Amino acid sequence: MEKVMSNKFIIALYILPALLLVLTLIYVPIALTGYYGLMEWDGIGDMSFVGLENYMALLQDKNFWNSASHSFLLALFSTLSLAGYLVIALILASKIKGAHFLRKIYLIPMLLSSVAIAQLWLKIYHPSNGVVNSLLSSIGIQNPPAWLAEPQLVLYAIFVPILWQYAGFYILIYYAALKNIPSSFIEAAKIDGANPLQIAYKIKLPLISGVIKVTIVLAIVGSLKYFDLIYVMTGGGPNGASEVMASYMYQKAFGSYEFGYGSAVGFYLLLICLFVTWLIRKLTVTREDVQY
Amino acid sequence: MGITGCSGADQTGTEGTSEEIKTITFMHLWPAGSSRQHHMIVSDIIEEYEEAHPDVRIETEVLGNEQYKEKLKVLSASNELPDIGMTWAAGFMDPYVKGNMFAPLDDVLDSGLADSFIAGTTEAYAVDQVTYGLPLELNIAPIYYNQEIFNTYELEVPTTYEAFKTVVRTLADHGVTPITLGNRDRWTGSMWYMYLADRFGGPETITNAINRTGSFEDPALIQAAEEIQALVDMDAFVRGFNGLSNDEAKAPFMNGQAGMYLMGTWELPNYTTNEDVPQDFKDAIDFFKFPTVQDGEGDINSFVGGPGVGLFVAEESEVKDEAKAFVEYFVQRWGERSVTDAGVIPATIVDTETVDLPQLYIDVLDELGSASHITLYADVQMSASVAQEHLNLIQSLFGQEITPEEFAQQHEQALEDENE
Repeated sequence: MEKVMSNKFIIALYILPALLLVLTLIYVPIALTGYYGLMEWDGIGDMSFVGLENYMALLQDKNFWNSASHSFLLALFSTLSLAGYLVIALILASKIKGAHFLRKIYLIPMLLSSVAIAQLWLKIYHPSNGVVNSLLSSIGIQNPPAWLAEPQLVLYAIFVPILWQYAGFYILIYYAALKNIPSSFIEAAKIDGANPLQIAYKIKLPLISGVIKVTIVLAIVGSLKYFDLIYVMTGGGPNGASEVMASYMYQKAFGSYEFGYGSAVGFYLLLICLFVTWLIRKLTVTREDVQY
Repeated sequence: MGITGCSGADQTGTEGTSEEIKTITFMHLWPAGSSRQHHMIVSDIIEEYEEAHPDVRIETEVLGNEQYKEKLKVLSASNELPDIGMTWAAGFMDPYVKGNMFAPLDDVLDSGLADSFIAGTTEAYAVDQVTYGLPLELNIAPIYYNQEIFNTYELEVPTTYEAFKTVVRTLADHGVTPITLGNRDRWTGSMWYMYLADRFGGPETITNAINRTGSFEDPALIQAAEEIQALVDMDAFVRGFNGLSNDEAKAPFMNGQAGMYLMGTWELPNYTTNEDVPQDFKDAIDFFKFPTVQDGEGDINSFVGGPGVGLFVAEESEVKDEAKAFVEYFVQRWGERSVTDAGVIPATIVDTETVDLPQLYIDVLDELGSASHITLYADVQMSASVAQEHLNLIQSLFGQEITPEEFAQQHEQALEDENE
């Protein structure tokens, strides 16, 4: 086996299929998207080259910046909620009663498809017979808001199921990381007289800092390109109040038949995601990951 | 069946054995699963045609609505459209016509078929006086109402807008939802606006504003927008309408919890033949025409509506003549069968004397016959990008986020940007 692996030709041969797939399915479409962004094209007829016109127009498109601000807000909320997930994971990983059961409960939303979750929450938010408003009116609040119809509320209303949807995913990652910490570290700390809080803060968190960094990148980039729940639940409405970058891209390309413009939005989305990823890597301290 | 859609061009290349038999590819959007009646009628018509024309074979490909639209786009981008397919009118069709994808069908109409269509329906499929599609359906939007609810509160069918508002007020005061509306879909709210615009300004005002011979800042159009907000202030519409889809909004009406529902005549089967709907409810439903406003230009027989899908023949088709002949046959047979078997109101004239139909259908067909004007849905009249803007503005208008003046102004802006 070692002999085979030292043969450069064989290595190339092994890599080739995956490389071809990645190139044709990911990098070529990315390049094409950038290229279509240079065109004025309805997606059907002839393309005409307009240079950077779409990209320039986008910089002044207030709808685009509006949707971008919503995406960034979602990224902010997702990142903040990571702290909550971390706390839950810490509790689950310590030996508490029913941890087994709770872990399963947290994971359930992950098992549902986005569309199913959207349908579920549409029912929950239903203005007259949804769970939320039924509860509110049963405790005497008259005229509870129609959550998905109020421009000031809709964005936050829709963040709730999004954060709920991914809770299990992050809790699972943290839980696995925490379980990986050798128990000898914890025992040593206990012998030295550290209380559970000190152990969590001084021992456990630093030891999983690499994982936390990864989840921050995942949460932010995932939020920036988020699409499905918003598309199903509000379609970006009312009047763009819950539009995010990805849904704006879809609306432009397939709703208004401005394929070139939509492609330009997509390309910006890519650039923003790349930039943010780079930024997080720069900002977070690049300490060597701990080896157990 | 899956490959037939793409193989239209190859088929004629494989000459030799099939020299005599011409194959026409036909793509439609009524799968057996979700549109059983429609699907069955199409299959029947094809069977009849093939029997009468042994030299013609028709191969179908069937896709659901959304997949159909996507596939049509992809096929036309690669210039592989089926010989015959389905399209929507005006704005949807425009890019295809401009891209030279659809064949002109005026010769088919001129052969005598033109007279079978209800006046005004083929026009929606015309670009620069050339017709590129033959409509299969025609829908108008009356206001359906629940007679039981009306009787409970001793309400009469309103013919004037003042009387209509009284109905709304009475129902709202008694805690009954006067009108259900799923405005997350936005075209639903657009129909309310269209009607008010028509009743205030007459049938041409909004069309002129869109084609730029008029303006959206026309007083009648602003007034219509004001009335929308007045209705919202009266709690005329179901709670949270801007967050409800049309299907969600339909539920309170079907459950007898809402008094009125403005919707296209494609809803008729729910009030007549649909076996899943209780008979009591079906008996309680009737419709009325959108009332007239005082000193308004529009009359009560003017409807908002328009043709649904229509047939096109591909410009690049190798069997264009055969395809046209089949389209002509199809349109006529469809007209005869669709209303009785599927509850579709065809774009061709139906002789209500000779067919056995539920009364509600006959009433609607009679209204169609005496319609003074049918205004095509605004978002269909507009180009795709302006239509998106219009629909968003409708949502803001209903949500009280913009004033009627801003509503008009932003329409003007969008239409002007388009013309640059």
